[in-house]
Amino acid sequence: MGEVIVITSGKGGVGKTTTTANLGVGLVLAKKKVVLIDADIGLRNLDVVMGLENRIVYDLVDVVEGHCRVKQALIRDKRFENLFLLPAAQTRDKNAVSPEQMKKLSLELKEEYDFILVDCPAGIEQGFRNAIAGADRALIVTTPEVSAVRDADRIIGLLEAAEIKTFHLIINRLRPEMVKRGDMLDIDDILEILAIDLIGVIPDDEKIIISTNRGEQVAANANDSPAGKAYTNIVRRLLGETVPIMDFYQNQSFFSRLKKFIGLGG
Amino acid sequence: MNLRALLAALTGRQPSKEVAKERLRLVLVHDRASVAPEFLDKIKEEMIAVISKYMEIDESNTVINMHHAEGTAVLEANLAVKKIKRSVNT
Ligand SMILES: Nc1ncnc2c1ncn2[C@@H]1O[C@H](COP(=O)(O)OP(=O)(O)O)[C@@H](O)[C@H]1O
Ligand SMILES: [Mg+2]
Repeated sequence: MGEVIVITSGKGGVGKTTTTANLGVGLVLAKKKVVLIDADIGLRNLDVVMGLENRIVYDLVDVVEGHCRVKQALIRDKRFENLFLLPAAQTRDKNAVSPEQMKKLSLELKEEYDFILVDCPAGIEQGFRNAIAGADRALIVTTPEVSAVRDADRIIGLLEAAEIKTFHLIINRLRPEMVKRGDMLDIDDILEILAIDLIGVIPDDEKIIISTNRGEQVAANANDSPAGKAYTNIVRRLLGETVPIMDFYQNQSFFSRLKKFIGLGG
Repeated sequence: MNLRALLAALTGRQPSKEVAKERLRLVLVHDRASVAPEFLDKIKEEMIAVISKYMEIDESNTVINMHHAEGTAVLEANLAVKKIKRSVNT
């Protein structure tokens, strides 16, 4: 029996879709069978991030309305044969799906796949309720910014109310050099404020944008980028391994070490 | 003290992350209280229960709320006392 994990945040643009795609790739590389569901109905996104936009025939709404079987709507990834995408409908609205339908679909997919990752829309309305309906576990994505952390707090409250018992935080787009000079909330600051367990920290990394441009994920080549490595670490933690959080404040250039030595660094 | 901290002390400007943290702490106190009004109702109920051991409270004239004042979140309770008991029940 598989596990359904919803990737959520409250605030838009913090990295839910990027995270869903990368964790999907990472889990497949760890020999799991994975389905990614784009639950952002009306604002389809995960298909382009995955580079699968030209292969869509059916979508999530077609499935829940019974226009096709689930299998017909699943698009197989170009590189990984155990990775599938169930795209969102682009021309319908969030009310086209109900939480009950999502639950039913989740149960069906769990029979056959190890992980079902649900990319949640921003906001706390119907789209959010649909996305969390069948979830066994939630990953909350935030960035080190006041508004994103605030929204994460709200989401945590709603997940607790919905009785989703397992949830963890992902801090995305950390910029160590800004933290060092006191201009960005640090990991500990955020954890102290939200009082929730951390499952990973992804640095701000231009490789994410470069690979997304090509419809590829940094997690496919974990050793080529800090973000790819960080996503792979999250995958290992999801699979039960104990992996320490990367030390973002090491590997500094000679120059920043020199600055620190003469008292200019933070 | 390094140069940056010294500069900050001289200009009286905190590092922006300290400002962010403080603002977050405050806004979350407020958010959490207003998102769950039942939470304040529950505090009110339990507070009345405790205080009623010592004095008689007019429940209909009791207000409890949360607000900001000078950079801190304040929980304010106004309880109308009807009568104070002569001896304390223990
Ligand atoms: N760690 C990161 N480093 C650099 N860019 C990132 C990172 N995470 C996300 N992005 C970029 O931020 C934008 C928003 O990310 P996205 O995953 O679409 O957010 P959401 O799904 O939460 O709205 C995208 O352009 C994405 O490429
Ligand atoms: Mg998205």
